[in-house]
Amino acid sequence: MARWTMAIDLDKCLGCQACTVACRMENNTPIAGPEQAEKGRAILWNEVIPFVEGEYPNVTARYIPRPCMHCDDPLCVKVCPVKATYKNEEGTVLVDYERCIGCRFCTVACPYTVRYFNWHEPYYPESLKAHLNPDVPIRPKGVVEKCTFCVQRLQRARAKAEAEGRVFLASDYVPACVQTCTGRARYFGDLDDPTSLVSQLLKSPRAFRLLEELGTKPKVFYLREG
Amino acid sequence: MSHLESTVFATLRKTGIRFYILFGVLAALVVWGVFAYIYQLIEGLGVTGLSRPVYWGIYLTNFVFFIGISHAGTLISAILRVTQANWRRSITRIAEAVTVFALCVGGLQILIDMGRPDRILNMIFYGRYQSVFLWDLTCIGIYFMSSITYLYLPMIPDFARMRDKLTDIARWRKWLYTLAALGWKGNHEQHRRLEIAIAIMAIAIIPIAVSVHTVVSWIFGMTVQPMWHSTIFGPYFVVGAIFSGIATLFIAMAIMRKVLRLEAWLTDKQFDYLGLLLLVMSAFWCYFTFAEYLTTVYSALTHEMHVADAKLYGEYAWAFWLMVFCNAVVPFAILTRRAGRTVMGTVIASVFINIGMWLERFTIVAPTLTRPSLAFEHAIYQPSWVEISITVGSLALFALLFVIFFKLFPSLAIWEVEEGIEIEERNRINKQLSLEDLRAMEKA
Repeated sequence: MARWTMAIDLDKCLGCQACTVACRMENNTPIAGPEQAEKGRAILWNEVIPFVEGEYPNVTARYIPRPCMHCDDPLCVKVCPVKATYKNEEGTVLVDYERCIGCRFCTVACPYTVRYFNWHEPYYPESLKAHLNPDVPIRPKGVVEKCTFCVQRLQRARAKAEAEGRVFLASDYVPACVQTCTGRARYFGDLDDPTSLVSQLLKSPRAFRLLEELGTKPKVFYLREG
Repeated sequence: MSHLESTVFATLRKTGIRFYILFGVLAALVVWGVFAYIYQLIEGLGVTGLSRPVYWGIYLTNFVFFIGISHAGTLISAILRVTQANWRRSITRIAEAVTVFALCVGGLQILIDMGRPDRILNMIFYGRYQSVFLWDLTCIGIYFMSSITYLYLPMIPDFARMRDKLTDIARWRKWLYTLAALGWKGNHEQHRRLEIAIAIMAIAIIPIAVSVHTVVSWIFGMTVQPMWHSTIFGPYFVVGAIFSGIATLFIAMAIMRKVLRLEAWLTDKQFDYLGLLLLVMSAFWCYFTFAEYLTTVYSALTHEMHVADAKLYGEYAWAFWLMVFCNAVVPFAILTRRAGRTVMGTVIASVFINIGMWLERFTIVAPTLTRPSLAFEHAIYQPSWVEISITVGSLALFALLFVIFFKLFPSLAIWEVEEGIEIEERNRINKQLSLEDLRAMEKA
């Protein structure tokens, strides 16, 4: 079994938000509209968060692309009363949209605020409706959703390898954000394989995780700028 | 028929225009709340002021607040029963009713807050004890069952009395009282068994009640969010719960005293003694609040300070300092003096305390969410008209349940109060006798 991991090199990240858009197209996240987005109700599984540090004249702006951290000790899974959110055998944290009761305990427990709630019935403009991804279910009103590491791509890659009668390789599976990244800042692979690129990158002195002190053991890590 | 019995039965016999007006007003507010909820159900939680990251708002505040109020009743009446405080006799029924109805309305808040209330049974089908919500479901469920039992047991002799003496009432009510009286005859053996049952319940319900608000606090305490993750929350919430519970009890007592003319039994003594207890709870609350905030601000961890700043000087400062005024300044100003512990004084303090405790719950729920650890920008939360309507409707529902209950059932535990009067009488005679003995001895 693989343990899927993502690495994001902040030196290479341009802050272009192509990952955010690719994620939306891949995962059918509904359109909130400007008015709802203003209220903080936009659903962007993969947000690029600006951090402005310091005060004038010593100001620096940093960008941190933030998918779900797919923690090894996920707090969202701990608090879910109905096991609607769970960690699968490959360490990816997923949501069962059919079971979720919409209590939003997971959304408040997640220290990374990566989880999104469907405040309304999902809406797509006509122009987008024709391009919805048939592999990804549309989430109903009142449930929680978040980044899945494009789990549908994993299923598809496995099926394809099987159909072609060859062994499935970790390199067959790439989430949309990684595939699209303009600066090639994202890496994806199997952490259980010590020769994989992500395993090698994790050894870098630049490697760090967000809010590491909380002990959630995220499987998304970053390479520091500098 | 004694004066006590005729007074208590008066409201059960006759229904005046005032009742219908009150009923109508409360029912209208409840209907308005139901309308707002249906609108929310159709449109989704988007009609609230909630957003990311402020996923919880005043519904959760109401939940904690109402479950808190529920501690008034049963816990107070249980403790006073266990310690055999004789002055408790006329207030236990009201206190126990507060508990049951606060639990009904409190539990309802969780349903209102859910994105998919149609899937509520998933909590039972797929419930897992790893989640604090399951602890809450269990503890509140047990508390609700035992509170109803504890309310019902001392009512049995009163049911029998109504069955026997209220002859001029509707058939269904007669049937109801007969059924509820369980064939009570009032003989010695029945009394003995009832006393045992009540004594067991009174003791059992104390740890149950404590567990309830402890697990409610753990919804917050078990997360890693700044200013939620606190070990003090269990006892802090329990103290706050009893505090707001007694305050609510005061308001209920004062209104019923006036409306149902119970001045002879809900006397200055009850208001004085219970007022002292309220003052003690205020002191506890101040101590816990001080300890909690000083620890946070002194050690000044980055993420915690973002939240503390919002509460102490930021956009939630109005709520925080108003809370301190309501929960600390007002009770101390009024209740420390004997002259303040009157009906009027305690009711004024109680209204302030209820506002203050609601604000306390609010300043725990909201500010933490507006300042997530991975803070990119500060969120704001403004409840919408739907949330406010449902909150007002919930308060009205609480009052309405109360009004209906006391229209159908006696406002005092008649037999217990009578027993109390008997005990007092006996004590008085005993005292007189011993005085006479003394005098006789002196003479001799």
